[in-house]
Amino acid sequence: MRVEQIAVFMENKSGKLAEITSILAENNINIRALSVADTADFGILRLIVDDVEKAKKVLKSEGFTVGITNVLAVEVPDKTGGLASVLKAINNEGLNVEYMYAFVNKTGENAVLIFRFEDMDKAIDSLQKEGFTLLSSKVICSL
Amino acid sequence: METIYWEEEMETLPRAGLESIQLKRLQKLVERVYNTVEPYKRKMDEAGVKPEDIQSLKDIQKLPFTYKDDLRDNYPFGLFTVPMDDVVRVHASSGTTGKPTVVGYTKKDIELWASVMARALSCAGATKGDMIHNAYGYGLFTGGLGAHYGAECLGATVIPASGGNSKRQITIMKDFKSTVLMATPSYALNLAETMEGMGIDPKSLSLKVGIFGAEPWSENMREEVERKLNIRAVDVYGLSEVIGPGVAMECLKSSGGMHVFEDHFYPEIIDPETGEVLPPGEKGELVFTTLTKEAFPIIRYRTKDISRLFYETCSCGRTLVRMEKVTGRTDDMLIIRGVNVFPSQVEHVLMGVEGVEPHYQIVVDREGNMDTMEVRVEVSEGIFSDEIRVLENLTKKIQNDIKDILGVTSKVKLVEPKSIQRSEGKAQRVIDNRKI
Repeated sequence: MRVEQIAVFMENKSGKLAEITSILAENNINIRALSVADTADFGILRLIVDDVEKAKKVLKSEGFTVGITNVLAVEVPDKTGGLASVLKAINNEGLNVEYMYAFVNKTGENAVLIFRFEDMDKAIDSLQKEGFTLLSSKVICSL
Repeated sequence: METIYWEEEMETLPRAGLESIQLKRLQKLVERVYNTVEPYKRKMDEAGVKPEDIQSLKDIQKLPFTYKDDLRDNYPFGLFTVPMDDVVRVHASSGTTGKPTVVGYTKKDIELWASVMARALSCAGATKGDMIHNAYGYGLFTGGLGAHYGAECLGATVIPASGGNSKRQITIMKDFKSTVLMATPSYALNLAETMEGMGIDPKSLSLKVGIFGAEPWSENMREEVERKLNIRAVDVYGLSEVIGPGVAMECLKSSGGMHVFEDHFYPEIIDPETGEVLPPGEKGELVFTTLTKEAFPIIRYRTKDISRLFYETCSCGRTLVRMEKVTGRTDDMLIIRGVNVFPSQVEHVLMGVEGVEPHYQIVVDREGNMDTMEVRVEVSEGIFSDEIRVLENLTKKIQNDIKDILGVTSKVKLVEPKSIQRSEGKAQRVIDNRKI
């Protein structure tokens, strides 16, 4: 039920994001979702892509430091209160969120929330118990 | 202006007399060191030289050099010549890797040090009537205590201000009517700026002279600090391996350079490549032999400092040889806010952090009057994380380790792999942007 996310280290310099996305585009890698976390000196680009292994390979060969981490993708209806319902459940279960970001799928019916938890196993159990839909890598790629 | 001497006879001795004293002291030193310190004996035996081979001052050239590595190899007390019972104090400075360089003093060594430092203070025109504000750091570093004992020996009043808390220092300087300031030149400029910020006119203080050392400073910096603090600024030289501050000192009438107290510290200038002694006036590496120290004498110590020696009598009347302000180093040692830093030490710290690869670069700069050190570390997969917090904790850890081990504050910046310039496959480890 885990989804692989690719994380790339980037210095806080202009053109970095363009450079990385261009490399992915040239290699026909499709980005499903992304988020950037940044400090004054550096940033971490987190991506959900359709081909994680290939993305890692091409970015590494261009000299980037790349890591693959597991995240959870929770599907919720794209309507008012969708996110709130998940966060409420997370809070009730006492789960610690390291970071999260979200995107809306093509049909526009559902939103996908990407979560990185401190305790991933506990998060999977809790969210499934609460009846939320966790998407697999395969499903995400086909969205 | 009349020259103030501390030990006039010694300071104005004609060269022939001085050299005869130096030779006697050297012979005694070599004899004692050969018979008491195994590492020295071994090196002399390997070089095929015996104490009785020292028949003239020139014969010093037969003796092997001593390097900083010799101190490290005999860490901590292996080169001491007296039992520890007779050692009353130790000091330490940074070594080239993890371990510091340790030096020791007997009671007599401390007295010697105080007297050469009193000589140095006299060179700057200080007398027992002065209020000496000592802003050199107190501790393992020789600067603080060395200057302190010298000031007391002189009979002056010493304010052991140490470093930091500039505002309080300025208040003290004003209220106590400090007349002499001892500090690193960059700290002196920092004090000048703080003073300006507090709205205190340096003319309202009683300062007349500043004795600055422990880091390289230029003539431009001298003019700046003289103007900003409304004082005369003079240069002091020393290093812990020889004794600490008080090895050489500029006088107020300086004909250029600092008087080396050569009746105790015998200087040579050598070609750093060949080890050959160079003729007077030529530029090369400064080498010192301590002629009178007891606990930790040192023979032909390679300081790695680049300088020149001038033997003409100074207009102040002192016959003591003058050494030019140090103009560079033969190694990669950096002096950051008065602290000696070797790139190898930084590497040592980085290698101690799990996952860090030795791809780093040290960028030194000067913001305002303070030196800054940035350590750029390439982010390898071993340390990379998708979480900002993890990477920030890593930079903090490295910063803390550098502070703990090297004693200098730095900023650690994570950079992309291969972003550190490499020339011919070899990384450029240090970029020094300071214009000194």
